[in-house]
Amino acid sequence: MVLLDENGIRCDGRKVDETRRVMIKAGGLKNADGSAYIEFGDNKIVAGVFGPRDVHPKHMSDTDTGILRVRYHMEPFSVGERKNPAPSRREIEISKVIKEALEPAVMLEMFPRTVVDVFIEVLQADGGTRCAALSAASVALADAGIPMRDMVAACAAGKVADTVILDVNNEEDQAGQADMPMGYMPTLEKITLLQLDGILTPEEYEKCVEIGIKGCMQVYELQKKALSEKYFNNENGRGGSGRGQKR
Amino acid sequence: MAEAAIIDSLKKARIEELLEQGKRLDGRAFDEFREISIETGAIPKANGSARVKIGDTEVVCGVKIQPDRPFPDSGDKGVFICTAEMLPLSHPSVETGPPGPHVIELARVVDRGIRESHMIDVSQLVIKENKSVVGVFADNVVVDYDGNLFDACSFAATAALLSTKSPKWEFKDDAPALVEGSEADLPVGTIPVSVTMVRIGQHILVDPNADEWQCKDARVTITTNSDGNICAMQKGGHDGFTLEQIKECGKTSARIGAEIRKKFDGISAGSDAEQ
Repeated sequence: MVLLDENGIRCDGRKVDETRRVMIKAGGLKNADGSAYIEFGDNKIVAGVFGPRDVHPKHMSDTDTGILRVRYHMEPFSVGERKNPAPSRREIEISKVIKEALEPAVMLEMFPRTVVDVFIEVLQADGGTRCAALSAASVALADAGIPMRDMVAACAAGKVADTVILDVNNEEDQAGQADMPMGYMPTLEKITLLQLDGILTPEEYEKCVEIGIKGCMQVYELQKKALSEKYFNNENGRGGSGRGQKR
Repeated sequence: MAEAAIIDSLKKARIEELLEQGKRLDGRAFDEFREISIETGAIPKANGSARVKIGDTEVVCGVKIQPDRPFPDSGDKGVFICTAEMLPLSHPSVETGPPGPHVIELARVVDRGIRESHMIDVSQLVIKENKSVVGVFADNVVVDYDGNLFDACSFAATAALLSTKSPKWEFKDDAPALVEGSEADLPVGTIPVSVTMVRIGQHILVDPNADEWQCKDARVTITTNSDGNICAMQKGGHDGFTLEQIKECGKTSARIGAEIRKKFDGISAGSDAEQ
């Protein structure tokens, strides 16, 4: 497979600095306090938020602050070969990095002794699930009306055919040279998720971080659009199905 | 797990106060590691081994080599797996039982740093394509905890792998058969060095000890290879880094990593010694 042709076009027809098609929808789940659905290329992910609510088990609660719990989970049918439904070590690690990426944004100190639970279910996976999941989780938290300092937008950068690219897809992840998922708070200008596997020169590294932030900014615009579509531009007169009010 | 241990708030205030004056509680410079000791060949029954101390943090790594079945999608490559475990004697907060998210992350980050650097050329570890390959298992155990387990486990695994004498197998009668007396070094391409940094307020500290670890706002572990290129990263902690900070961390990891890499010079199978 040609990852990058002589015209600088990638295996799925994108340019080097182009993301896949992204669609984000705020809300959608009736029972969750907040929810979001994202399609990021062929990734299809739903996120639901509950809380702030009582902590079970109780010993996990913190008298000084609320706590955040994140579960990232892939359905057995989300990938090529059936995945064992039990949480893998990979899913446990991703849950942790997503939690730590969201924590700086959520004002948990306002809700001592409570928990905010974020459940992320990957219905279909196609490379870059943790970024798509984090972006959806952010929108779901906002949809739940939980006070936040900023949104967290996420996108990956990477390297294929010795070229730095934006938004690594599954093929590029498998056959490429580097994958660097990033999460970014656009207003506070802080990187809250950063991982890398693959080899980058110091120059490529800096370029990757910079292009990754640009990708995050694009996702951020779509996150805001999703929320404003639900809460401010609802044409059918329901005034939004969540906690928001039509302005 | 030590991650959840609490720190005396007076000590935390003191650490932060000193940082404002450009000092660390133990007197180190911000970009200075504690003393690193690397002893190889500590476990003769393993094919390779190392005991690494960074200050009071102590990790033992043993490498075991055995024939294995290849992964279905990579029949032309050997198997390399690196693990890490916190022993209950390493800290009062560690409990027995299955590993929690912190320990799982530790093991995966250490594995990723070595794997992604291509330190071990797994394409040379094939006994019979799609049937039988050499498995290299580097298992780290944390014996004593004083922060920065990412680097301690990474150094221990790297040193243990460098000190490994690998047996050889040939494919006979549909099974791998040991070739007696043909032990050799593992096919090593590069030496990965991980450097872990924490941010406390606006200050970035290299090689945080347990107290500094408890005070951190965010942390990042960056692994560089012998060419000075970055091959793996992991950010953690409850806060983030600015673009400038994370670029600076990249530079620091390459600079400090190059210094530490010298400590691995001369480690090979049969060179059991304290470095």
